[in-house]
Amino acid sequence: MSAASQDVATRNGVFARAAIYAILILFAVYYLLPLYVMLANSLKPLDEIRQGNMLALPHQWTLAPWLSAWSTAQIGVSPTGLKPYFLNSVMMVVPAVAISTILGALNGYVLTKWRFRGDTIVFGMMLLACFIPFQIVLIPSARILGLLHLAGTVPGLILIHAIYGLGFTTLFFRNYYEAFPTELVRAAQIDGASFFQIFRRILLPSSGPIIVVTVIWQFTNIWNDFLFGSSFSSVDSIPLTVALNNLVNSSTGVKEYNVHFAGAILAALPTLIVYIVSGRYFVRGLMAGAVKG
Amino acid sequence: MPFLEIDNLQKSYGTAKILKNVSLEIEEGGFLVLVGPSGCGKSTLLNTIAGLEPITAGEIRINGQRVNELHPSKRDIAMVFQSYALYPNMTVAENIGFGMEIRGVPKPERDKAIAEVSQLLQIGHLLDRKPSQLSGGQRQRVAMGRALVRKPQVFLFDEPLSNLDAKLRIDMRTEIKRLHQRMGTTIVYVTHDQIEAMTLATKIAVLKDGILQQFGTPAEIYNNPANMFVADFMGSPAMNLIPATVAMNGKGLQVVMEREAREPIKLPIAHAPAGLGAFQGKKVMFGVRPEALTDPEGADRDAKAVATADCHIEVVEPAGSDTFAVTNLGGKPVVARLRADAHIQPGSNAPLAFNLSKAVFFDPTTEDRIV
Repeated sequence: MSAASQDVATRNGVFARAAIYAILILFAVYYLLPLYVMLANSLKPLDEIRQGNMLALPHQWTLAPWLSAWSTAQIGVSPTGLKPYFLNSVMMVVPAVAISTILGALNGYVLTKWRFRGDTIVFGMMLLACFIPFQIVLIPSARILGLLHLAGTVPGLILIHAIYGLGFTTLFFRNYYEAFPTELVRAAQIDGASFFQIFRRILLPSSGPIIVVTVIWQFTNIWNDFLFGSSFSSVDSIPLTVALNNLVNSSTGVKEYNVHFAGAILAALPTLIVYIVSGRYFVRGLMAGAVKG
Repeated sequence: MPFLEIDNLQKSYGTAKILKNVSLEIEEGGFLVLVGPSGCGKSTLLNTIAGLEPITAGEIRINGQRVNELHPSKRDIAMVFQSYALYPNMTVAENIGFGMEIRGVPKPERDKAIAEVSQLLQIGHLLDRKPSQLSGGQRQRVAMGRALVRKPQVFLFDEPLSNLDAKLRIDMRTEIKRLHQRMGTTIVYVTHDQIEAMTLATKIAVLKDGILQQFGTPAEIYNNPANMFVADFMGSPAMNLIPATVAMNGKGLQVVMEREAREPIKLPIAHAPAGLGAFQGKKVMFGVRPEALTDPEGADRDAKAVATADCHIEVVEPAGSDTFAVTNLGGKPVVARLRADAHIQPGSNAPLAFNLSKAVFFDPTTEDRIV
């Protein structure tokens, strides 16, 4: 009798598993469809797109739209492609991510291991910064960038992004270091290590997962940002997202959909690569704060 | 001259007073154990000696020098933490050498010191491993190695054995004692385990609620506890504290203990403390340790004053090496420690020998010992 019921149970298990996989595959296809459409159409000549049938694979494969999007497409007034703006974005994102991550780590270190009177209030205010809608601070930010003579420059954008990332990076690192044993810091103090030596030699080497989380978070947000990019950039500091908009929304000439698709993929590629390379750590890092030990 | 002096130390967090006027001292090469229940301030006291927490008032001197303002690394101390606090990203050798590296000791010298210490603690084969690859006992050894390699003036131990299993704890206890005898360095050791305190210490300080209850040698603490808290806290099983009255009987004082449904037990008091005379006709707490309350055959032959009384045995607990018998005196359960092969039945009456030269008396209102 027990063998029979076990048999039924196994069969039920197989059915349930099949159903789960079917649903998962369905959703995966659903989510992958836009990517497929973009990829397929970015590899077609414009004529094929005009004939309709967006879902078909290209009859005639071509890389021309990609090359055009990268280096020759008309953006604004000049036919430069996305290349110079891609470089603008890289020059903005890399320092902004590095600065906000390092400062966030230092803040987390101080807020957990060098407690001072009112530290929870300071942390509460930093946390509040995560909830301020960016639109509210546009005008004060513009004013400050003007005062610092950084308006319309890449360093100006780095400053704005680094400051607005600080709330999140501090939150990440504080919660991570909260669970970090204070006795290690005390042992290092007795060993004679200084404030920065303890940070660099004891805390940072154990911070891998949370650094990955912070870098992914900051990289994605800053790379994808449009509002600050469009508000605080001038001709030679326009980031990629704004340039892509200028490419797609140009009101003159023919709409080159294949070039637009290729450009959009180019713009999304860096964040995609960051996720694929370090996504594993991202999940692990998010979990680390949630479940202690 | 005392080597480590703690003079009128006070420590407050805001309005909460953690340590209240604690004064202690230990001679060079001594082994001072701070013992007390959790929350008594013993770890805070250790942290203030280490310089990890600032003090509110008072003075700490090491070898005659005031260290209040000195950074932990400048006090010439080394500390072993409860969690061992091994740096997880460094190998055992790097852990032991970290302090020297920070102080800029050249590498050959460092390697030599690490080799010496690892040989002393038998951890030579572990030097290339990370702390996560070590067992609890091995981590404990590495943590001690990191402290030993500094050759400090004072070692500080913060409950170092509490994370080990029972058997390993006893092995490591012996090892710590052996190391102390070999190196002769002054040690301050925090524990909540009174057996650790008794076995290791040359001086014990018993703390409760931030107040020093008693400071003395293990024998003083054990035989002449200053108050009922110390009497109850030190020793396992705890000292029996029996409500009793003091009465005059002809030429000497006697202690009278009420019993349920039977006539009270009256025992003559030998070597009554001077203060006990004032308690004639009044209530006292009669303190007698389980080993001073035994079967007449097992009584200490050298004891000067032994009195035997017939008692009703309620429970018998054989423990292998001894047999514990529980009776009831003055309305409280009282534990007697008998020989392992003592023939005794629960529910029966048996004669118990009170070693009165080991008995102590407490004032039930102040809870202090009557002297």
